Amino acid sequence: MIVTEGLTKRYGHLLVVDQVDLEVREGDRYGFLGPNGSGKTTVIRMLLGLVYATSGSITLLGKPVPKHVGDVLPSVGALVEGPSSYGHLSGRANLALMDAAGGSRGPGGPGGPGGPGGGRRTRRRRIEDTLERVGLGGIDNRPVKRYSLGMRQRLGLAAALLRAPRLLILDEPTNGLDPQGIREIRDLLVELNEAGTTVFLSSHQLGEIEQLCTRVGIVDAGRLVRQEDLETLRAPTGRSVVHTPDADRALELLDGRVEQRDAGRLLVAGADTAALNAQLVAGGVRVTGITAERRTLEDVVLSVTSSGSDRVQRADGERS
Amino acid sequence: MIRVELAKLVRRPRSWMSILLLCGLPVLVAVFVAVTHLAPPPGQGPALLSAVLSSGQLYPAAALAIVLPIFLPVAVAVVAGDSIAGEAGAGTLRYLLARPVGRTRLLVAKLITLIAYTLAAVVLVTVTAYITGVVLFGAKPVAATSGGPTTSNIISGAAATTLSGTAMTPFDIALRTLGAVSFIAVSMLGVAAIALFLSTITDSALGAALGALAALITSEVLVTLNAASVINPYLPTRYWLAWIDFFRDPVVWRNIERGYAVQLVYVLVFLGAAWAHFATKDVTS
Repeated sequence: MIVTEGLTKRYGHLLVVDQVDLEVREGDRYGFLGPNGSGKTTVIRMLLGLVYATSGSITLLGKPVPKHVGDVLPSVGALVEGPSSYGHLSGRANLALMDAAGGSRGPGGPGGPGGPGGGRRTRRRRIEDTLERVGLGGIDNRPVKRYSLGMRQRLGLAAALLRAPRLLILDEPTNGLDPQGIREIRDLLVELNEAGTTVFLSSHQLGEIEQLCTRVGIVDAGRLVRQEDLETLRAPTGRSVVHTPDADRALELLDGRVEQRDAGRLLVAGADTAALNAQLVAGGVRVTGITAERRTLEDVVLSVTSSGSDRVQRADGERS
Repeated sequence: MIRVELAKLVRRPRSWMSILLLCGLPVLVAVFVAVTHLAPPPGQGPALLSAVLSSGQLYPAAALAIVLPIFLPVAVAVVAGDSIAGEAGAGTLRYLLARPVGRTRLLVAKLITLIAYTLAAVVLVTVTAYITGVVLFGAKPVAATSGGPTTSNIISGAAATTLSGTAMTPFDIALRTLGAVSFIAVSMLGVAAIALFLSTITDSALGAALGALAALITSEVLVTLNAASVINPYLPTRYWLAWIDFFRDPVVWRNIERGYAVQLVYVLVFLGAAWAHFATKDVTS
């Protein structure tokens, strides 16, 4: 769905995006991670033809961008750096304007495959359906300038979904939403994804990506430092986490295999939790919990973004 | 897309407020003149205002003379300066382009909207001024006198007269007014083109509007400066007042033609620059 090769953007001497090779496959829920200012948004702007790359190539839905950007964007829904609307108009009027701006026919031309897009005749119904979907179904005709931040975010999402896109490119889609709203949007995105929409979203909230995505790309200082399935990234570490009220005894019993002790939480070398559990119980240690340790996304992100960025270097300094 | 842009213009309160103010000023002036019967002597004050007491049908021309120097260019510059920079500032430009709306298509739609706004403003000023003029000063050519000692050729006859002193029929006045309206609209289009170009450069609508006005003021200053006479014929405001020549008999075409030509060049150059810049720029707003 999205392939970039050697994508590079330079503003004068400033290298913002450096040789990024993205690969987003059909059906992915792709999380695009990176600290603020790492070039995420610039990459997204280049994908949408807003910013022109200095070098490198982009292929979106099989077509080169920006050359054929007009052909592919009707099948792409986007949310870039926060939602925007005409403040003096209602949400419905905003959606109608945006829909009309995209032309009155979908991709494939008149009489083309029913698929994505939509015409003027279906506009009103699509707007109502989409508003319902993002949780604004009962919205009145107040102007958007009187919407709350969360409502604006939902409206922005509605604008992205209006034409039933095959690919969603969402920059920080849950900004400004409360936990309830974040969960709703997450469920909505999973639902859309299961119905066949590829989702590409950027975020610096690791938890959100971890819960939603199947694949992640991590950028740091303009470079794509890691791109992998989430399952692969979160590989077992070969250690087990043991929770026990009898930590002292366990320490004796395991003799040297405990790598780290944190009150009643022990980090033990070896990933065979069944054997470990048996050994502990046989030795009279009560075990309240035992799991094989997996790397968290946070561990991965911190480890791969440790080079280059000042912010991360300082964090390293504090630890040592 | 053109329809979308026109809809945005029409649904924006600011469009109507600015036109209302534009129409309001000549009405205010007319009321004062009608109540006091004190028109400025010919050659002073806004052009043709001295003549309106003789016929209300001349008032549209006088009204255009009142709004032309400042209000009309300000209104046009504000709307034109807003066209791209306003979308950029509100953050809607990126969503329009990602919809997708082609950049050239967006610019053309904005331009057509600007032309519509400019024409609407000039025409509505003309129409309200005509109504005001007829109501306050009468429609028939009246043998009005200014009451003043200035025995001018303008107020000499029993009919509305040209600046050259010959009589004008109502049809004649309408035709000449139409000419003036088109000339002023084209002049304003020159302003719009400059503001539109600046609008593609900055993300601040205010900046673009003020930039265009600064260019006009510079031009006005240079027009009066003998030392700048070399560039005088090429300044955008040089022939702004040439539309008055439509009210001479016979119509003096020389400056009118040059005015059209100069504005045409400005429109083409700045629209070309706007297009070249907007089509290739990185949209980071």
